[in-house]
Amino acid sequence: MTDRVTLALIAVFGVPLLLIAYITASEWLLGLLRIRRHDAIRPWLWLGPALALLALFLVYPALNTAYISLLNAGSQHFVGLANYRFVFTDATMLLALRNNAIWLVLFTALVVVFGLATAVLTDRVRYGSLAQALILLPMAVSFVAAGVIWRFMYDFRPAGAAQTGAVNAVLTALLPGFTPQAWLINQPGNTVALILAAVWSWTGFAMVVLYAGLKSIPHEVLEAARVDGAGEWRILARVIVPLLRSTILVVATVMIVTALKAFDIVYVMTNGNYGTEVIANRMYKEMFSVQDFGRASSIAVILLLAIIPVMLFNLGRFRSQGSN
Amino acid sequence: MTTGAARAERMPVAQQAQALNWLRRIPLHAAVVAICAVWLLPALGLLISSLRPASLVATTGWWTALSPPLRFTLDNYQQVLTSNNMGQSFVNSLLITIPATVMPLLVAAYAAYAFAWMRFPGRDWLFLAVVGLLVVPLQMTLIPVLRLMTALGLTGTFPAVWLAHSGYGLPFAIYLLRNFFVSLPSEMLESAQIDGAGHWTAFFRLVLPTSVPAVASLAIFQFMWVWNDLLVALVYLGGQPSVAPMTVTIGNLVNSLGQGWQLLTAAAFISMLLPLAFFVALRRYFVQGILAGSVKG
Repeated sequence: MTDRVTLALIAVFGVPLLLIAYITASEWLLGLLRIRRHDAIRPWLWLGPALALLALFLVYPALNTAYISLLNAGSQHFVGLANYRFVFTDATMLLALRNNAIWLVLFTALVVVFGLATAVLTDRVRYGSLAQALILLPMAVSFVAAGVIWRFMYDFRPAGAAQTGAVNAVLTALLPGFTPQAWLINQPGNTVALILAAVWSWTGFAMVVLYAGLKSIPHEVLEAARVDGAGEWRILARVIVPLLRSTILVVATVMIVTALKAFDIVYVMTNGNYGTEVIANRMYKEMFSVQDFGRASSIAVILLLAIIPVMLFNLGRFRSQGSN
Repeated sequence: MTTGAARAERMPVAQQAQALNWLRRIPLHAAVVAICAVWLLPALGLLISSLRPASLVATTGWWTALSPPLRFTLDNYQQVLTSNNMGQSFVNSLLITIPATVMPLLVAAYAAYAFAWMRFPGRDWLFLAVVGLLVVPLQMTLIPVLRLMTALGLTGTFPAVWLAHSGYGLPFAIYLLRNFFVSLPSEMLESAQIDGAGHWTAFFRLVLPTSVPAVASLAIFQFMWVWNDLLVALVYLGGQPSVAPMTVTIGNLVNSLGQGWQLLTAAAFISMLLPLAFFVALRRYFVQGILAGSVKG
């Protein structure tokens, strides 16, 4: 027990004090030196901890992973591109790649559409701010908790029994002759069921970003379109969407990266069973269940290669925006 | 373009138009209310189920709890906190998240200060390289970092996740803070230097206090990121209950309990308490954090 108290003290006070002490000591030493080279040394002292952490936890591991992906399971000898051949031929890997493709298209499209719809709709009612708070709320919930929430929503009892899952209960009540479904087991709909849980989590994010964009459209532009007699649908399609194009692209790119990295929701809801496997979960299994570090690394490299163009596009856009 | 005269012609029918307008807005209200219901109900179902006795949760839908007889209980919370390790996991989550938020924030602030206010060769290239690291998915780092942690004897200890989260959070934190620091008026720092104040004073007395909005948004963003993280904790901490944060414990409970919904929902709700409190109390910073976070994939 005392161990945990010590740990808590270190965690809450020790870490920040250590870091403040570091920079205080650095500045004190620089002051003692009293030489003109202060200004040459100082930046590196301030950058030091950051560069060390980045080198240790991002740069070196990324390069090392690329190398490990060319080695065998236990990283003892070179196997060339065999691990990559596995990634693109193994049946479960192909299934995971297919599912990630479904995630990429469906998840991105749904989040953008719902995000835009909620941003535009909540902008037009007086209780919009309350509605936005409700839609944003799932962003505060971990994907693990969201996984529990939606497993419960999709809960299945055989036909005739009282349904405890809300989805089956609502559908049974509304549609005559509907037989309750095991949403997380029946293929191929179960991947869509997982995606919808993720959409529930992420729509608030898209809404907030798109709403900020919407608010930056000059009021006169929309007013002019209305005065010209354009209907609201037409304004949405011809004015709002074109003006929000770059914001929509940002949301879409973030969602594409999220879809490629999808892990928590799948891990908690199905653990990739019943044909719902995704590449991030497959990598985790290759690492810990199969202990094939070569294959796991090659999956990570594939993930990086898929993400790079998307992120570069996004960063490039941010840089050009920054220079404006 | 419509002129003022054309607008004036419409005035007599304004009242009629208003009534028509109100009717036309019914689908709008219906849509907003329906969306809110769909977004709120899953979380509401979770909360209600966590307060119901096990026998009822297993046999009836949570919505039936709203009609009499009302039968609610806190037993599930008591059980999940004491016998399912959620109490300890809550403390673990705090012990992981607090340093894993403070550490990258301070380290990034030092670096951002150097990038924004010091001159040194290669500065801009180095900054670009740091921002470029945003493209690296953390999956790319898991195996080598795990081996490193094992070699250092850190696997399964909190410092392992403090360090890892700090490293992963840095590119975004440096990017955000540097851009904020650069936008501070240079007169502020020049006058500080004329007064003989060193960089230490300028940083802690001027730059940090004036950057509270950016730092707060970033802190909330990083806090949520770490608090809700599953993968990093799973990989570097393993499954030991003594160090597992709530996300890992809930993941294990899902496997072991399966249909024990009254306990799973209680556990999930406990894990949501702190983020929800932040969300309600600091919504402005929360939203700013999300907006800023749109570059971090």
